Amino acid sequence: MTGYTIHHLAQLEHESINIIREVAASFEKPVMLYSIGKDSGVMLRLAEKAFAPARIPFKVLHVNTRWKFREMIEFRDRIVRDMELDFVEWINPDGVRDEVGPFTHGTQKHTHVMKTLALKQALTAGGFDAAFGGARRDEEKSRAKERVFSFRDRFHQWDPKNQRPELWNLFNCRVNKGESIRVFPLSNWTELDVWLYAHKEQLPMVPLYFAKERPVVRRGAAWIMVDDDRMPLEPGEKPELRKVRFRTLGCYPLTGAIESEADTMPKIIEEMLRSRDSERQGRVIDYDEGGSMEQKKREGYF
Amino acid sequence: MAYGDQIDQLGIESWLARYGQREMLRLLTCGSVDDGKSTLIGRLLYDSQAVHDDVLAATKKATTRYGTTGEEVDLALLVDGLQAEREQGITIDVAHRYFATDKRKFIIADTPGHVQYTRNMATGASNCDLAIILLDARHGVLEQTRRHSFLCSLLGIQHFVVAINKMDLVGWSEARFEEIRATYAEFAARLQVQDIHFLPISALKGDNVVRRSEEMPWYQGAPLLAHLESVHLAGDRNLVDLRLPVQLVLRPNLDFRGFCGTLASGILRVGDEIATLPSGQRSRVKSLLVGGVEVREAWAPMAVTVTLADEIDISRGDMIVAANNAPALDNSVEAMVVWFAETPMQTGRQYLVKHTALETPGEVTDLRYRIQVATLRSEPADELQMNEIGRIRLETARPLAADAYAQNRTTGSFILIDRMTNATVGAGMVVERMTAKESTGRTRAAAADAGRNLQLVDKRRVTADARAARLGQRPFVLWITGLPRSGKSSLAYALEERLFGDGRLMQVLDGEVLRRGLSRDLGFRGADRWENQRRAAEVARLNAESGLITIVALVSPLAAERQQARAIVGAERFVEIHCDAPLEVCEARDQDGLYARARAGETVGVTGIDAPYEAPPAPDLRLDTWRIDLPTNVDKVIALLRAHGMLE
Repeated sequence: MTGYTIHHLAQLEHESINIIREVAASFEKPVMLYSIGKDSGVMLRLAEKAFAPARIPFKVLHVNTRWKFREMIEFRDRIVRDMELDFVEWINPDGVRDEVGPFTHGTQKHTHVMKTLALKQALTAGGFDAAFGGARRDEEKSRAKERVFSFRDRFHQWDPKNQRPELWNLFNCRVNKGESIRVFPLSNWTELDVWLYAHKEQLPMVPLYFAKERPVVRRGAAWIMVDDDRMPLEPGEKPELRKVRFRTLGCYPLTGAIESEADTMPKIIEEMLRSRDSERQGRVIDYDEGGSMEQKKREGYF
Repeated sequence: MAYGDQIDQLGIESWLARYGQREMLRLLTCGSVDDGKSTLIGRLLYDSQAVHDDVLAATKKATTRYGTTGEEVDLALLVDGLQAEREQGITIDVAHRYFATDKRKFIIADTPGHVQYTRNMATGASNCDLAIILLDARHGVLEQTRRHSFLCSLLGIQHFVVAINKMDLVGWSEARFEEIRATYAEFAARLQVQDIHFLPISALKGDNVVRRSEEMPWYQGAPLLAHLESVHLAGDRNLVDLRLPVQLVLRPNLDFRGFCGTLASGILRVGDEIATLPSGQRSRVKSLLVGGVEVREAWAPMAVTVTLADEIDISRGDMIVAANNAPALDNSVEAMVVWFAETPMQTGRQYLVKHTALETPGEVTDLRYRIQVATLRSEPADELQMNEIGRIRLETARPLAADAYAQNRTTGSFILIDRMTNATVGAGMVVERMTAKESTGRTRAAAADAGRNLQLVDKRRVTADARAARLGQRPFVLWITGLPRSGKSSLAYALEERLFGDGRLMQVLDGEVLRRGLSRDLGFRGADRWENQRRAAEVARLNAESGLITIVALVSPLAAERQQARAIVGAERFVEIHCDAPLEVCEARDQDGLYARARAGETVGVTGIDAPYEAPPAPDLRLDTWRIDLPTNVDKVIALLRAHGMLE
């Protein structure tokens, strides 16, 4: 019987599919959040596999801040078309009215209005009772204790003291009217697992993950890409062409690039294995305070 | 060896081919902060190079603020995550850590030693292959060591590593190590664990964690990490008993009907003879998909989609099993249960039971004993408090296809959910089924037997249609539900009179009729009440096949119970009527004192008083039975039956 082994990527894949199916079968109106990044890409592939040959039986939602890299949006539109997704986009109308942006309102305000509030609006407006997110527990220390099923009250708030114990692969899918859950099928995946899987599956990825000469400026410790003309330049500052890539993707003014030669998936994996820095290093948002992520999560940030 | 060196040697493509897919090991760390648990995990992560520079820098910064190690980086701070616990200096929940070596991917479930340890440890242990029991060499085997070990064994962990930490503080003494080993081994003989490995370590100094200790040359075994990399796991999986709980049914087009689920155990191949539970129907595997791709075979724990050669009715909550190897199917199980909720577990209370993909109402009928975890002794108890463990008998409305937990962690486990708050209040592990049968005296046949009644159909020469034609009527089943004294029987007998007058033949089944004979052996609560309803539904089905109309008048308070009746009878001839009257009205009609006794606490489990009534959300007809008189309601039912074509 020794032939019937199962490797870690396959095991992660099967466990995630189990979770996705369980939610699809138990909730009235699930939705999958799509952030265009590598984790979302893996999650979409898993959803596709979970229900094949049938279509993915729920909507796919992108909360757009209007400050995403242009290549992300192009990529998103292609994926939606190729996979024939039942797709919806949400942009916070209040943020549009007030012209909220990272340069005018600051990082925190922008993220709060265009991501955290926008997500709550989108979930309420869609009447969704379960939302899949691509977060992984290895991303950040405060996520180490996040459940696969994260229970939210009717205000979408997360109470760390009031989460359900999760035993075996037996998930309690019951919620009261108005309450909802966030589900993280990739909880047990690491950044390395995600790339190994993407490589094995030959998943399409946003080109920004691959090293290429791009116009960037130095801001603090990070290279910021000048993706469009909304980016105000300091006096005397001139974008320069450097071979860079991104380890995570978000709003372009808030996402630091790293200098890199890695222009294929194996090279990216190699770079990551040799690297001594974690992926969230490129994110401006986490660097406020030791427990900032936990604070944001309580407020409803994913 | 560091990844960089490996890649230098192999090149990335070869590296990916060799190490890209590894085995996975889930382990649990048990012990308190004082034992150096966080330090041990931090050390594993740090020495196996799973810590990134920016994280390390942040940890150095935190060391100056919260640390306890002076100048050195406090590795415990690598793992202590939430602000609250950092400030309290304790770990308050199950945390998951990830690292990998070139041999395996590891998932660490890190559970606290102090507060709510039972709940958290049970949660963490439920998925783990291996447990590290950490203890302090200065203190040896403590009560908490015994507790942790018992819980890990209860949750089915087969591999233990007893890590005797802080050896540096006992002068690296071999004698001390041997003394502790002997004490633990004596205690552990009572646990059901196959593989126990003892290891002298110093997490703080790093001895025997990742690198071999130079201070303890007397210890010849491998250090912790090497042991974790090499523990033999393949034997733990059950590849013998095919169990596929059905999660959902895919129907993308008329030609494809796929049953999706994750294999709990066993191997499934195209062409295999299978049976489905609870119906007992048999078929063969026509095709098998993994990730949407057709394969010849699949094994646990893969998520699969199966199509079958025959059109048989399977829905979520059913189970596909081998035709010649089925779990027992029973409305009651004996189980060990760990209680999580602040409200104690009490017998006679109803909970929602989730077992594989099946949700069904259930009642804890007996609490046989409570376990004193510190001493492993059992003692009589009336209830289970939070974090307590006991043995129960559980009755369920729908039968569970369960194996013993020792044989099957998936089909042998369930959770209990509070019906009001939806909180997960308990976790259960099924114990050997023999005992359950002995204790209940009533069992259900397994699939192999249940399948037999299918052949009966073929022997029939006179069809149900022919019988109905002879009687000149279309058989149907009127299922009347409602609170006690809401007027169900009155309605049933008034309808009988009217229909009989119109020349039709029917039978009324109400509580009195059933209890007088057919269900004389049954009580009024839990599985007995469900069994009574099941019998009523089965009689109604037999009647229908004989061309007779049946009117059933039973409280049938739970939606799941009525759903079951509908499934037995057949949805196309099942008509659900709800006699709707407020509880006060029903109570006022209480001639025989049922409600009065319930109010006085003399009777428990009376629907409407201390047991729930789930009004049907969309019955075929809802009758107001307190403001509208009986003849009018009878007219309404007749009109409904006419409209549905059931009465010509």
